Amino acid sequence: MSTLNIAGQAFQSRLFLGTGKFGSATQMEAAVLAAETEMVTVALRRVDLQQKQDPILSHLQHDHIHLLPNTSGARNAKEAILAAQLAREALQTNWLKLEIHPDPKYLLPDPVETLKAAEALAKMGFIILPYIHADPVLCKHLESAGVAAVMPLGSPIGSNKGLKTIDFLEIIIEQSKVPVIVDAGIGAPSDAAKAMELGADAVLVNTAIAIAGDPERMAAAFKDAVQAGRNAYEARLAPVAQVATASSPLTAFLD
Amino acid sequence: MDRYEWDQVQEQIYRKTEADVIRALQQERRSIDDFMALISPAAKPYLEQMAVQSQRLTQQRFGKTIQLYAPLYLSNECQNICTYCGFSMDNGIRRKTLSTHEMDAEANALKEMGFEHVLLVTGEANKAVGMLYFLQAIEQLKTQFAHISMEVQPLEEEGYRLLHQAGVQAILVYQETYHREVYKQYHPKGKKSNFDYRLDTPDRIGRAGIHKMGLGVLLGLEDWRTDSFFNALHIAYLQRTYWQSKYSVSFPRLRPAEGVIEPNFIMEDKDLLQLICAYRLWNPDLELSLSTREREHFRNHAIGLGITSMSAGSKTNPGGYTVDPQSLMQFETSDERPVSEIRALIQQAGYDPVWKDWDPVFT
Repeated sequence: MSTLNIAGQAFQSRLFLGTGKFGSATQMEAAVLAAETEMVTVALRRVDLQQKQDPILSHLQHDHIHLLPNTSGARNAKEAILAAQLAREALQTNWLKLEIHPDPKYLLPDPVETLKAAEALAKMGFIILPYIHADPVLCKHLESAGVAAVMPLGSPIGSNKGLKTIDFLEIIIEQSKVPVIVDAGIGAPSDAAKAMELGADAVLVNTAIAIAGDPERMAAAFKDAVQAGRNAYEARLAPVAQVATASSPLTAFLD
Repeated sequence: MDRYEWDQVQEQIYRKTEADVIRALQQERRSIDDFMALISPAAKPYLEQMAVQSQRLTQQRFGKTIQLYAPLYLSNECQNICTYCGFSMDNGIRRKTLSTHEMDAEANALKEMGFEHVLLVTGEANKAVGMLYFLQAIEQLKTQFAHISMEVQPLEEEGYRLLHQAGVQAILVYQETYHREVYKQYHPKGKKSNFDYRLDTPDRIGRAGIHKMGLGVLLGLEDWRTDSFFNALHIAYLQRTYWQSKYSVSFPRLRPAEGVIEPNFIMEDKDLLQLICAYRLWNPDLELSLSTREREHFRNHAIGLGITSMSAGSKTNPGGYTVDPQSLMQFETSDERPVSEIRALIQQAGYDPVWKDWDPVFT
């Protein structure tokens, strides 16, 4: 499996993890370690920056793990920019998962505000990974704005419905000059493997691991699936035959 | 809402059949009509199936977490007569409104327990606790808490706008009952006696851009099934109209309080669980809250069945945590266990007690 590169940073693992929804911080840490992930998202709203020993952060203190703060809770570009600045100062990283959802019900990302925020944050030196709809045109706009990767959704966040947006993900992967990380909706290791087989550069998983019967074991299962999917992509999958090959070719009379 | 008559709705609920319930259980997305089937008596034998689905949906949407909050009563002054409430104007009790210093002491007590989410509560007394008092309180408390909610008298849209700007994230206003005539009987005097003004309050909150609003009925004033259907109908309308707001539902069952009436309608534990599960199955994204009004036994088991937030160690009197523990309570709490015990209880159930799930940066 080849190394993933985002903004000059090399990652051996192509599985990113979200840290919410776990039954305890200990359980979350065990899953993070079992997944062998090097990148985890942390919601700014959940972290207590005034507290020295925040329960989430204190369980993520491993040298191989990079923190990717997210702006979940922001409803527009202005709030996201403020949150980004706070996160940069508090967590000492200019990496940012840009997440803007004005709709608290399905948490669907706002394309207009996200592009606006990405343009401003890029100028401020942030390494931006925006969470977006699987919209190929928006991806190109964001690319021009200077984002480090794009994170299109597979299906609504937390839905575990898999890759409902597959046709658009394929277009995004084909066109993108920055890494494509499929985020949201990945419900099973097979979904993650499928995304990797399509040529996604990485996947981000949270709910499917956090609420599994055994989160630690599920994290390991995702790790294997992501590796298998990526290896299959790099090995170049044999194409699925669209038509049968006749045993008596129709054009044989020409020979 | 005009299309729905109380008596007709009630009749419809009680006429729901087993087939309606099964159909509702099998849907992936459920309509308000499915909700009606799920709260009906016909759904009683299906409570276990409802609980299983409710647990799954809640975990999927909210994870294995329970948010913790505490009420902070600022005042028990009130100019309304509500025949079920300890703060009722005609109740000859000593009235108290917290001063700045007292508020500080109470806030510190809550912070020491670990709280980051606080719910400010008052009666309706525009002189003692009006907008100026509120704004001052918020200014003082927002440096200490990550999330501030309020449960105070209904205000004008402009008032909500000011509270929003000041840093309030959520407003709770319960209709108490959607039965117009019965409402009148329980609220004979004061501004609160205006049924329509209260009914329109969530619209004013929504227009003011408040992030979250909490609705509910006082379970025990009228038939809980019919009242809850109207409450759900209200939420369905609000969610479509103010789509950027979050919604939460509370389940206050009428509790004993000084000088007040007995509930007219008894709601059993089984009924309450049925209602909680029905809300979850109908609307997976609703926050569902359970307070210390409920008994220990029910609270112990409700974790994991649909509830997403709980209060703990609550005092329902101004100054109750440290300043003036003897002042008059709004109602008697049932679950008096300290916060540490509730936290351990949540953890034992395999859930993560969440103290902070908001940041003032977003306001």
